[in-house]
Amino acid sequence: MDKLILGQYIPGDSFIHRLDPRTKLISSIWFILLIFMASGWWTYGLLIATVFIAAKLSQIPIRYYINGLKPLTFLILITVIFQLMFSQGDTILFEFGWLRITQEGLINAVLIIIRFVLIVFMSTILTLTTTPLEIADGIEALLRPLKRFKVPVQEIALILSIALRFVPTLMQETEKIMNAQRARGVDFSAGNLLERMKKVVPLLIPLFISSIDRADQLAVAMTARGYHGGEMRTKLRQLVWSRNDWLIFGIFTGLTLFLVVGRFII
Amino acid sequence: MSLISLQNLFYRYTTSSEKFVLNDISLTIEKGEWITLIGANGSGKSTLVKTLNGLNVPQKGEVTIDGLALNEENIWTIRQKVGMVFQNPDNQFVGSTVQDDVAFGLENIGVPREEMIERIDQALIRVGMENFKQMEPARLSGGQKQRVAIAGILALRPEIIVLDEATSMLDPKGRAEVLSTVKSVKEESNVTVISITHDINEAAQADRIFVMEQGQIKHVDTPEEIFKLGEELIDLGLNVPFAEQLKEELARRGLNVPEEYMTEERLVEWLWKYDSKM
Amino acid sequence: MEIRFENVNFTYQPDTPFENKVLHDINFTIKDKSYTAIVGHTGSGKSTILQHLNALKIPTTGSVWIGDTEISAKDQVKSLNDIRKEVGVVFQFPEAQLFEETIGKDIAFGPQNFGLSEEEALKRAEEILPVVGLDASFMDRSPFDLSGGQMRRVAIAGVLVMKPSVLVLDEPTAGLDPKGQFEMMSLFKELHEKQDITIVLVTHQMEDVADYADHMIVLDEGRVVGEGAPGEVFQNEQWLQSIQLDVPKTVEFAQMLAEDEQWVLEDVPLTIHELSDFIMEKLQKSAVQGERTGDVDG
Repeated sequence: MDKLILGQYIPGDSFIHRLDPRTKLISSIWFILLIFMASGWWTYGLLIATVFIAAKLSQIPIRYYINGLKPLTFLILITVIFQLMFSQGDTILFEFGWLRITQEGLINAVLIIIRFVLIVFMSTILTLTTTPLEIADGIEALLRPLKRFKVPVQEIALILSIALRFVPTLMQETEKIMNAQRARGVDFSAGNLLERMKKVVPLLIPLFISSIDRADQLAVAMTARGYHGGEMRTKLRQLVWSRNDWLIFGIFTGLTLFLVVGRFII
Repeated sequence: MSLISLQNLFYRYTTSSEKFVLNDISLTIEKGEWITLIGANGSGKSTLVKTLNGLNVPQKGEVTIDGLALNEENIWTIRQKVGMVFQNPDNQFVGSTVQDDVAFGLENIGVPREEMIERIDQALIRVGMENFKQMEPARLSGGQKQRVAIAGILALRPEIIVLDEATSMLDPKGRAEVLSTVKSVKEESNVTVISITHDINEAAQADRIFVMEQGQIKHVDTPEEIFKLGEELIDLGLNVPFAEQLKEELARRGLNVPEEYMTEERLVEWLWKYDSKM
Repeated sequence: MEIRFENVNFTYQPDTPFENKVLHDINFTIKDKSYTAIVGHTGSGKSTILQHLNALKIPTTGSVWIGDTEISAKDQVKSLNDIRKEVGVVFQFPEAQLFEETIGKDIAFGPQNFGLSEEEALKRAEEILPVVGLDASFMDRSPFDLSGGQMRRVAIAGVLVMKPSVLVLDEPTAGLDPKGQFEMMSLFKELHEKQDITIVLVTHQMEDVADYADHMIVLDEGRVVGEGAPGEVFQNEQWLQSIQLDVPKTVEFAQMLAEDEQWVLEDVPLTIHELSDFIMEKLQKSAVQGERTGDVDG
C-alpha cells in the first residue's frame, strides 16, 4: 500500500528529476512522434540510444523500467502474434496449415516490440522522475493558452491537484474497508469474475458514501478559507525553466532534424 | 464595541422543517476572549459557529463581526477574519503538501507570491511545523494536520479562530499538541478563540462557557462554575472533571470536602493540609 | 480462545526500496477469556498486530497461533474464514463499513459469508440488536439515517452476530462524546462478563485500560516493551512517558499526592474507588496518630 501512496515516483535528484515538468511532458510526446517518424534500423538505433541515455541519467535502476513493461506484456504479445500471423509478405519463413509466417511479418513484429518498449520506457522516465503534482502543474501550464477560449484552466488544475492529493487518502480508506469486510468473511480474490464483481459492492458503496461526505466537508472548508473561483487568485507554485531545459529542447530539435533529413536522404 | 455580536438569530436548514436549529440566539464576545461551547449532540453548537462566517445564513437576526454586519458584500472579508478548524483533519487539507495547504487561503485573496512565502514561513513557525513544509498530508499525524490547518488560518491574520470539535478525532498526544498550539497562538496575538469540544482540558481553557440546549443558550458562566454541575455535565457532552469525581467519592465516604470547584493541584494541597491538621 | 505470537516479524514490501520492518520479534499470549489491552503511541505497530489477530496479515517470519491453528508464511491455511468467524474485529470508525439498504441486511452480511442462509442470518441479526442497545424496530431502517453513535453500534452488531469468541476492538470510542464512550465501554464489559468473550482492546485511553483490562501489552517501535497487569505496568510512569504514553488520571493524582512523602501509596490505584479508599485510609491513620500524640500532650 505504501508504494501506491507514493505513486510511481522514485525520489531523486538526478539531471532528469530536476528538469521542468513541462519539458518532460513535451519531450515525452515529442519522442512518441519521433518513434512514428522512424524508418530504418539506424533511426531506431538512435532512439534506443536516446532512451538508454535518459534512463541512465535518471539514476533509477533499470528493473523499474522493466517493471513498467509487465502490465503491458499481454498487449504486446497479442499485437506481435497478430503481426506474425496476418502480415502479407513474399519471403515465407515457416508454414503450417493455414498459418504462414513471413519475413516481413517477423520484421514488423520486432519493430512493434521496439516501439512499445520505447514508448513505455520514455513515459516511465516521466512518471518515475516527476511527482504527480509536478505533472499536474506542467499540464496546467501547458493548457494555459486555452484560457483565451474560456477553458477554466485554473479550476481544472485545482480539481486535478485535489484529486491527486486525495489518492493516498482514498487508498487508505479502501484498504481499511477491505480489511473490515474481509473480517466479515469476504474473500475478494476467490470466485469467478461475476462473483468477484458482486463482492466489490460492499467495498464500493462505503467508499462512495465516504467520498461524498469528504467532498461535502472539503467544500465547506474551502469556502471557509475564502475560495471563490479563480479570477484574482495568485499561485504559490511556480515552474522554473532552466538552462538544462533549453538543452533538452536543443537535443530534441537536433534529433528531429536528423530524422527528417535522414528520411529523405538515406 | 464587541468583536462578535449576534442578535436574535433564527436558523433552520430548510424552510419546510418546522423546528429552528437556532432559536433566538443573542450573544456578544469580546476581543481576546476564549469561549467554549458545550451542549448535547444536536443542540446547535456547530450550526451556531457556522453563522459567524456565513457558512450558514440565518433566516432572521443579525451577525456583526469586528464592526461589520455580515452581508454579501463583506462576506469574504469576514471569512478572512474568522478562521475555522473542522473535525476531520483529512477533509480540510486542500494542498498537496504542507506549504501548499497553508498557501491556499492566501492564494484565494490574491496575496503576491513573495509575500505569500514569507507569511507561510511565519505561520508554520508559529505552529511548530516549519520542518514539514514539503511533506504530503498522508505522512502527517492527525495532530500535525490540524496544526497545519491552524497555520493556514494564521497566515490570513484572523481576528477569531473557531475550533469545531477540532480535537475530537485525535489521539491524546495530538489533542495535547493542538491545544498547546492554540494556547501559544492566543498568548502571542490575542486572537479570540471559540471552541466546541467534549474535552474537559480544552473546556477548562475558556474564560466563559456557553451551554447550549435545543438551539438556545441556556447558561453562560466561568468553567469553575460550570464544572460544579457534576453529573449533569455528562449530558452536555463533557466529562466530569477528575477532581470533582474524586471529591464526590470522598464525600460519599464521609469526608467533608469543600464545595467550590478545585483543580487537581488544589485538591492535593487541600488533602495535605487537611491531613496535617489532624 | 487463546492467541499466541511466536517470534513474529513483519515487513511491508520486502525487497523494494519501500521496505519497512514494522514488527520485531513479537512474543506474547492473549489468554482465553482475558480482557487484554494493547497500548502504544501511533506508529508503534498496534494496527499491524491487530491485523495479525485474524490473519488479515501473515507474519513475514514466525507464527501466530489462533487457537490450534498456526498462521505462518510457511504453509497457507486453507480456511481463513474459520479464524475470522472466531476472532471478530471491530476496526476504528467501523461505521465506515456499512453498505446495505437496511440495518438487518447489513448485520446479516457476515453470517451469510460464513455459510448461513439469508433467513437464518436475518434471524440472528434481529437477536443481536438488543445486545448493542437497539431494538428490532431498527431491522428495516436504513443504516445511513442513524446518528454516528448508532451507526457504530450497528457496525459492532455486524461483528458480534458472527458469535466470535474473541472480540478485537480498535479504538472503539474514538470520536464519541464522554457519554457515548462510557456506554460503549460498558457494552464490551458486559459481553466480557456475561458471555465470556475474550476482549482485545487497542487504545490510547489509559483510563479504559485501568478500568477494564486485566492484562496489558505495551508496544514501542514494533517491539513489545512491557507486559503485565495494569497495576504493575502503570507503576512506572516515567518510563511510559518516555515512550509517549500516559498513565490513568488516578495514577497521576496519586503521584501528585506522593510529592509529600507521607503520602506515598503502596499500590497504584487504578480506579477512583481505589484511590478514594487509599486517601480515606491515610487520613484515618493520621487521625489515629493525631489522637495518640494528643493523649501524650494531654
